[in-house]
Amino acid sequence: MEFMGYRRADGTVGTRNYVGVLSAVVCVNEVVENIVRQVQGTARFTHHQGCCQTPLDIGKVNHALIGLGRNPNLHSVIVVSLGCESTDLSGVIAGIQASGKRVEHLVVQEIGGAVRTAAQGVLLAQDMVREASLQQREPFPISELVLGMKCGSSDTTSGLVPNPAIGVASDLLVAAGGVSILGEVTEFIGAEHILARHAVNQTVAKQILHLVDRMEKRAMAVGEDIRGGQPTGGNIKGGLTTIEEKSLGAIAKAGSAPIQAVYEYGERPTVKGLVVMDSPGREPEILTGLAAAGANVIAFATGRGAPQGFPFVPVLKITGSRTAAEKMSDHIDMNLSGVIEGTDTIPDAGKRILEELVRVASGGMTKAEISGYSNAMDIFMWGPVI
Amino acid sequence: MVVDAIALHSTDNVATTVQDLVPGQMATVRLNRDVLQVVIQEKIPYGHKFALRFIPQGQEILKYGEVIGRATADIQSGCHAHVQNIESLRGRGDLPKEG
Repeated sequence: MEFMGYRRADGTVGTRNYVGVLSAVVCVNEVVENIVRQVQGTARFTHHQGCCQTPLDIGKVNHALIGLGRNPNLHSVIVVSLGCESTDLSGVIAGIQASGKRVEHLVVQEIGGAVRTAAQGVLLAQDMVREASLQQREPFPISELVLGMKCGSSDTTSGLVPNPAIGVASDLLVAAGGVSILGEVTEFIGAEHILARHAVNQTVAKQILHLVDRMEKRAMAVGEDIRGGQPTGGNIKGGLTTIEEKSLGAIAKAGSAPIQAVYEYGERPTVKGLVVMDSPGREPEILTGLAAAGANVIAFATGRGAPQGFPFVPVLKITGSRTAAEKMSDHIDMNLSGVIEGTDTIPDAGKRILEELVRVASGGMTKAEISGYSNAMDIFMWGPVI
Repeated sequence: MVVDAIALHSTDNVATTVQDLVPGQMATVRLNRDVLQVVIQEKIPYGHKFALRFIPQGQEILKYGEVIGRATADIQSGCHAHVQNIESLRGRGDLPKEG
């Protein structure tokens, strides 16, 4: 099976061809928005980090911005900086340049204010978009796809239909030589023993259990029952009672392939096959983590209807709930409610998900892209704002 | 055959509804290729769970053949099994640390 993608200098393949405009720090989000608003063919990444944080978290910001800039769906990159942030601007630029991409930067305090910076940025972005627009799509085997997996606004149908169907699609992609990334470590709690059995060896099994233990301890350190936060109020309305129940449904996305490796948040896989990446379950942080890890397409299961996409990675929304498919039709791409109604099966649905992912990878737009519902992103932090 | 609920594993003591169910109704529960019948005692919304048999307080709740929590009260067969009578065993920062 093949898809039509964009060849990148570092050997990766993009499914989109944007000029990325990235905020180095929360204080320049407005400048980034003003540039992106005025130049077609750009995509933003804004967030709330980059200053007054512990060195550990600043390191995570640097790492995430490098990963995002290197994402194959970006043809070239503009990094916007204020000039006094903690983010390591030169390190971020060098990290992205290592992929062979054109990287430009704008420093608001040097240029002299948001208005002049936005004006320079618009002119620069116009030039870069023109250059990007000359690149043609070419055929590539689907082994070049890096699939990110996620479920959101889950109800009990999520664990019964779209999650196991995504697991089938993931298995098919892995069998074809691709990469599939499972995140949402919070939603391993109560199901980690099953995932550990999927590990390719004892080392990987221990790493999975360690990630879950670390996430659970961080949540428990607050001194409260996590219910209401996980599962969320919406999950509970949808019939999910405990995090264990939510997790057992969520890990169905792993399918049956062996887990080859475990990575930190936003770290790029260096192996093919199914891998686990540390991340929480909330959309802004996990979608960012998947994109920073190099995902060029994302499959997203939903029960009640979650609207979030990502600015430069297509996010395919899949539900097993007829109610969600009909009520939230402006957000849902695939309706698999036939599985519950007895007219469809998980293996057939999973095969159709892979076919749809290939169409999307080749340029077919998702609902989240068409509606532009993708801007509320953030980077996963551990420590306090200080 | 209209299925009202799905049980996922032979050891499960709860089933998940795929229709809104009402008290007095005889619910048809699919478990793989088998079909069970359970009389519903309470209103059970779509996507929620009910007890397939009597579950005494303190007993583990099984779905997918795995433990999803513990009963905090007796749950009669056909009654709504959810946050009002099931607690999670994980992420409980509110509980005293085990010695």
